[in-house]
Amino acid sequence: MRHNPARSQILAITVMWVLAALTIGVLLFIIAFILAHGVPHLTLAFLSEAPRSGGREGGIFPMIVSTLYVTGLAVLIATPIGLGTAIYLTEYTRESRLTAVIRFGADCLAGIPSIIFGLFGFVFFVITLGMGLSVIAGALTLAVMVLPTIIRTSEEAIRAVPRAYREVSYGLGSTRWQMVTRVVLRSALPGICTGVVLSAGRSISETAAVMLTAGSSLTLPRSLFDSSRTLSLHFYTLSREGLSMANAYATASILILAILAINLSAYWLMRRFVAKVS
Amino acid sequence: MSRPRVRAAIRWLCTLAKRVNQETLVSVVLTAMALTAVSGLAVITAFIFKEGLPLIMKVGLKDFILSSDWHPLEGKFGIFPMVVGSLAVTAGAMVIGLIFGLGGAILLTQFCPPRLVSILKPSIELLAGIPSVVYGFMGVVILVPFIREHIGGPGLSVLAASIVLGIMVLPTVISISVDALQAVPRPYREGSIALGATEWQTTHMVMLRAARSGIVAAVILGMGRAVGETMAVIMVAGNTVALPHSPLDSVRTLTSNIALEMAYAAGDHRKALFATGVTLFVIIMILNTIALRFSRRRAGGTRSR
Amino acid sequence: MHRVTIVLCTAALGAFCLGCGKGKGKAVSVIGSTSVQLFAEMLAEEFNKRQPEGSNAYVEVQGGGSTAGIQAVNNGIAEIGMCSRELKPEETGLTPIPIARDGIAVIVYKDNPVSGLSRAQIRDVFAGKITNWKDVGGSGKPIRLITREEGSGTREAFTHLVMGSSRIAGSAMTQESNGAVRELVIHDPAAIGYMSLGLVGKELKTLTVDGVVPSAADVINGTYPLVRPFLFVVKDTPGEGAQRFIDFVLSDRGQQMLEKEGLVRVK
Repeated sequence: MRHNPARSQILAITVMWVLAALTIGVLLFIIAFILAHGVPHLTLAFLSEAPRSGGREGGIFPMIVSTLYVTGLAVLIATPIGLGTAIYLTEYTRESRLTAVIRFGADCLAGIPSIIFGLFGFVFFVITLGMGLSVIAGALTLAVMVLPTIIRTSEEAIRAVPRAYREVSYGLGSTRWQMVTRVVLRSALPGICTGVVLSAGRSISETAAVMLTAGSSLTLPRSLFDSSRTLSLHFYTLSREGLSMANAYATASILILAILAINLSAYWLMRRFVAKVS
Repeated sequence: MSRPRVRAAIRWLCTLAKRVNQETLVSVVLTAMALTAVSGLAVITAFIFKEGLPLIMKVGLKDFILSSDWHPLEGKFGIFPMVVGSLAVTAGAMVIGLIFGLGGAILLTQFCPPRLVSILKPSIELLAGIPSVVYGFMGVVILVPFIREHIGGPGLSVLAASIVLGIMVLPTVISISVDALQAVPRPYREGSIALGATEWQTTHMVMLRAARSGIVAAVILGMGRAVGETMAVIMVAGNTVALPHSPLDSVRTLTSNIALEMAYAAGDHRKALFATGVTLFVIIMILNTIALRFSRRRAGGTRSR
Repeated sequence: MHRVTIVLCTAALGAFCLGCGKGKGKAVSVIGSTSVQLFAEMLAEEFNKRQPEGSNAYVEVQGGGSTAGIQAVNNGIAEIGMCSRELKPEETGLTPIPIARDGIAVIVYKDNPVSGLSRAQIRDVFAGKITNWKDVGGSGKPIRLITREEGSGTREAFTHLVMGSSRIAGSAMTQESNGAVRELVIHDPAAIGYMSLGLVGKELKTLTVDGVVPSAADVINGTYPLVRPFLFVVKDTPGEGAQRFIDFVLSDRGQQMLEKEGLVRVK
């Protein structure tokens, strides 16, 4: 043969390792860059004070509260409804054209750009329903945005549970609801959790849709109808307008650390759960 | 009947009643939830189309999509520059996504020791968790000045946006490609090696071909993500309403257009933004259908062989 | 396991409801121009500090652009709109309240050799007729235009004062706030943009227009040609909290704060 297959293999593997190293390198660089610039400014004062002088000085306490409110509420609203819908679609109805259409619709909506949800939320929740720029408008918009994802991932996870489990459960005399909660959901829980964690991550990172529904006020939200600024929006504003690079890096550090924490704890919880169940 | 039997019967009836009630209650609640979710999603879709379609009809589909005249405050709604912007940026992103993503997936499934896989795979998923504004920020701080000083143009360009988006879609492309490659039946690989091929020959002659539909699905879903990204693109693409003549020109994408003008658009202008939303919706629907067809073909194909 | 979940959920719900109860009355929403935003945020910070706990006068400020602010007032989602240009004739039913005057500065990179242009030159540059810095006395680089989005009051005022009937060139790069324009021009040697004079800062070079240096003094005595008003826009009569905020902004303390930041006071 003209070319040496062993040599082309070595070449190919080297190229792929280089690509992989670049990919991981970029990831590590981004995280290291942000944390290196930001963590030195992460003091307790920074986390517990309000911003002053338009964000140039002071802390980010209202932003932390706002992010918790907006994303927490969004996930709290979307998860039960999404999970309930998934259970309904898989266990409580027969497979039909309608369910196929619903599935396709959910798939499409899960892929729709978040800015369109923002546009919808702005026109519908903020203006038409009269909520104004508020935490609740932002939370509802985000909930609607992650709902399709939760429905789809939960559905996939539930369908992956082997039929035998269900049949054994019925054989032992359980009702459908008992079968669903004690058998199916327990096995599908890791997959469902992945979907919820994914949605939580997406909600925390969401900026454009939040800007026009929850607003961008620097004040602490005293109720669900007050406007407020989430961490990612604050980071965007600080860095874009050059108000305070130190504070921007610190805000980004909190964001990244929070996302890391969510991902890690979900991973750890799932491993514990899988170990317990099997 | 004796008293204990009667009591037993009553107890049995009560539990049955309780169970039936619980079942019906659960059924009702779940149906209500499903109805809420489905009708909510349907309302959104209907709302977007109701606001956007009439404007497309009014301006004319050809004029809306193919005209380069976007002056909304004067009533001109041609989104062609933004369509080209989105296409250019997405295409660039997919080049990067394909090269690095496919390479990464092949590495993870074919050539990587399991120890490393358990470190690399979660790291890739971590990439997906970083907020898009952070990617945009890194683009502005590092990539844009580099392009401006060493390559040319304003730095805010198709190139910058493609690189940033390419990195952002990597997790999607990698994870779906990994699934596709792992779904190839083991006998394929083993048979090929048994016939004397090297692992690399097996990979590019057998595995990739077998997993082709899944990989195409991965690329298409990655494209969907790239088309939908807003914030990172606003930060690095320059937002010019003009057709790009080179990768160093600045562009505006469909999503950036909505984000930039959403706050102050009114009347027909706002409807035009919804119409842009309709366009994006249709694009995503088409991409999803193609991806679905490819993943089904893959599942059907390997089974029938 | 179930009991724990129920307890946690109730606790979470309770926490949210506690948050709900604290605010008595809706906050005063101030929306609009990004030029006015930073100043309004500082005024609101000072104003909120002086209000008793849980009062009706709790001011929230956000941006979006002058036209967005006017629409927010029309839609009822804001009580006060911030505007950095005069109201247009078709924007009826609203009351403009001037709170300051501000200049529009034409900005370039700090080391750009050009130090001034005539109004006609600026117009031709932004219209795309002059495309290279050497045509106005600079180095041989192509001029890169930075502009604001169409709903921006600053852009509207700039168009009105400088462009006249010419359109800003389609090749201009759009940014959505003064700060974004500033950050871009700080780092790009070939860029030119326009922004609020009060927000320029020290890292940029401002061009003289028709020979006049853009400074607060020249804005006050009217020699600097590019001047526009900062307005608070309200519909009908503002609520009690909104009125108190407006009074604060027009008070001596409020006007002093604005003057310290580089604006021109109106009272």
